[in-house]
Amino acid sequence: MVGKNILLIYQSIPFLLRGLVVTIGLVGGALGLGFILGIPMAIGQVYGNKYISGLISIYVWFFRGLPVLVLLFLFYFGLFILFNLNLSEFTSAVLVLGLISAAYQSQIFRGSIKSIGEGQMLAAISLGIKKYDAILSIILPQALRISIPGWSNEYAILLKDSAIAYAIGVMEVLTRAQFVATRTYKPLPIFFISAIIFIILTYGGVKLLALLEKKVRIPGYGEER
Amino acid sequence: MNLEKADHDNGVVLRVEDIHKTYGKNEILKGVSFHIKKGETIVIIGASGSGKSTLLRCINQLTIPEKGRIWLEGEEVTHHMKEISHFRQRIGMVFQDFNLFDHLCAVRNVEIGLIKVKKMDKKQAREIAMEELRRVGLERQANQYPAQLSGGQKQRVSIARALAMNPTVMLFDEPTSALDPELIGEVLEVMRDLAMGGMTMVVVTHEMGFARSVANEIIFIEGGKILDQGTPHKLFTNPEHERTRQFICKIDELYGKTEK
Amino acid sequence: MNTMHFITDILFPPLLEGLGVTLRLIVYSVPFGFIAGILIAVGRVYGNKLISTFCFLYTLFFRGAPLLVQLFILYFALPSIGLYLSSFTAAVIGFILCSAAYHSEYIRGAIQSIKSGQMMAAEALGMSKIQAVSSIILPQALRRAIPGCSNEIIYLVKYSSLAYMVACVELTGAGKVIASRYFEYTLVFSIVGIIYLIMTSVVTIGLNSLERKMEIPGIGK
Repeated sequence: MVGKNILLIYQSIPFLLRGLVVTIGLVGGALGLGFILGIPMAIGQVYGNKYISGLISIYVWFFRGLPVLVLLFLFYFGLFILFNLNLSEFTSAVLVLGLISAAYQSQIFRGSIKSIGEGQMLAAISLGIKKYDAILSIILPQALRISIPGWSNEYAILLKDSAIAYAIGVMEVLTRAQFVATRTYKPLPIFFISAIIFIILTYGGVKLLALLEKKVRIPGYGEER
Repeated sequence: MNLEKADHDNGVVLRVEDIHKTYGKNEILKGVSFHIKKGETIVIIGASGSGKSTLLRCINQLTIPEKGRIWLEGEEVTHHMKEISHFRQRIGMVFQDFNLFDHLCAVRNVEIGLIKVKKMDKKQAREIAMEELRRVGLERQANQYPAQLSGGQKQRVSIARALAMNPTVMLFDEPTSALDPELIGEVLEVMRDLAMGGMTMVVVTHEMGFARSVANEIIFIEGGKILDQGTPHKLFTNPEHERTRQFICKIDELYGKTEK
Repeated sequence: MNTMHFITDILFPPLLEGLGVTLRLIVYSVPFGFIAGILIAVGRVYGNKLISTFCFLYTLFFRGAPLLVQLFILYFALPSIGLYLSSFTAAVIGFILCSAAYHSEYIRGAIQSIKSGQMMAAEALGMSKIQAVSSIILPQALRRAIPGCSNEIIYLVKYSSLAYMVACVELTGAGKVIASRYFEYTLVFSIVGIIYLIMTSVVTIGLNSLERKMEIPGIGK
């Protein structure tokens, strides 16, 4: 009996690991979307006029003030259907997590841009560089470097939030763990295995980003963080 | 030899014997001994890194020496970590960088030891604390936080904090070294008054003027050992070692010819 | 059906009930999570090797795994070893355990940022280590940790919605039940969302004013 259970658990590991691909897809997709939206939002908030920066502030306030679960329900069951978007659970989860992440990432980038100070911008403009070019070639390369620690934190949060996609049936690690747990009647080891998978992903990713930070570091730069 | 009885009879307040302290491979103190009688002031001088601060911290066991013994009024301090609180209450300590409790205003800094350690009721503790602040001339700053005080004021509060515990002996660990020159005087004045008032004090300092005018004895420490000791007159005019003379000259150069 | 009528008569009564559960979840979890966080931080910094390692592993686990997994373990897995928790209890315990881990990291950082002279001065006065930690170190460290801990509390307000995933029908759950019965997801979750926004905003304002109130010159930031 015990042997059979262990076998069941053992057999379920490949099934769980296929969830890993889904989890990584969720996190990768959402981080990417958050990045693509977050950068222009940060720039808009720092350099835009008061309407643009006000609008972005409202966006940030909204997506940071609501629970992930509520946003997931609102979009997946509500808005996406209201607008007749025929999206899969996976795509919906990536979109919602990405929209949330954009709010957080924009604030990370905004902080970094602000910490660089006006001197860099003034120096660039005085060289005759256009404001838009200065942002792209002077400000952002510096801001992105300082953003890595904050970004790494955002990765860890997003990874853990991705488990909430369980609520709409995305077949990620936790959803599969729940499947296996009910089938094998051995929920404790199964959930523990899934916890360990997440823990490895969390700290592994954070470690990788720390390496990246080291690699792109400019000597003597960003020490104040 | 019955030191306990002998100390009691001779008025010896603090006796330090053969203190050794090593950090890693670095032997900071290599057998230091001295004693101080009631009402005396001993000034310890020496280059930085010579082990002066470590010696003071050994006295109240903030640093535990590997070897050697310490007695306070005939009672052994060393090897009695369980009762260490009772000894520490009787040994006031003033630090170079003040170490005032940053979250407490001046008067609460002074009274916290009375309330938490001596379990005194708050009203009485407040009275004593105000009295001590008055003694160091800071009763008007009673409600200010450390961040709102000047360096000299901070150090005076920290002296008041130590005095409030009614200590038998006071240890000063370079009390003016972190101060701007113009603030040193006010702290030395408080210390001088204390010495005149009969407090027993062990002072590590570079202020030679203070040493000359206040100390009963000066101890010169070099390389973890006492190289020279005696009255200020002896050390300033006729030291046993050439090294002592050199050191005193250098200090005078560094810190300026001292007052008086 | 009239929308106003739907909101006031059909939606609001269960939502208010759910809101009550949410508030109870938060009110029970926040203080205990914070206190446990203090203990773990103190154990990590001042404990002996065994205690310190335990506290380290504790934070490693609870900050590394998703809260939802932790809740599943408490609610779905513990019964397999004979431990049955109600969904409300499981949620509260999960929130306490998890937020304690996050609080402890902010508090630990703050403790370690306090200069060693503070401890030395306290001991020189005759304070025991426990007295020094509780009346000198923590009052300073906790003030410095307020911004981080405030953030954690705001997170907890939002993540309290996960209680619904272990069958505790709080605000989000109550909304979900009505929304699926009447197929009014957008409307219901917009209203639920507004309620959360109000909660997080109120808590943010409250914690900011607490931070200002606790401010002492020279401490913090």
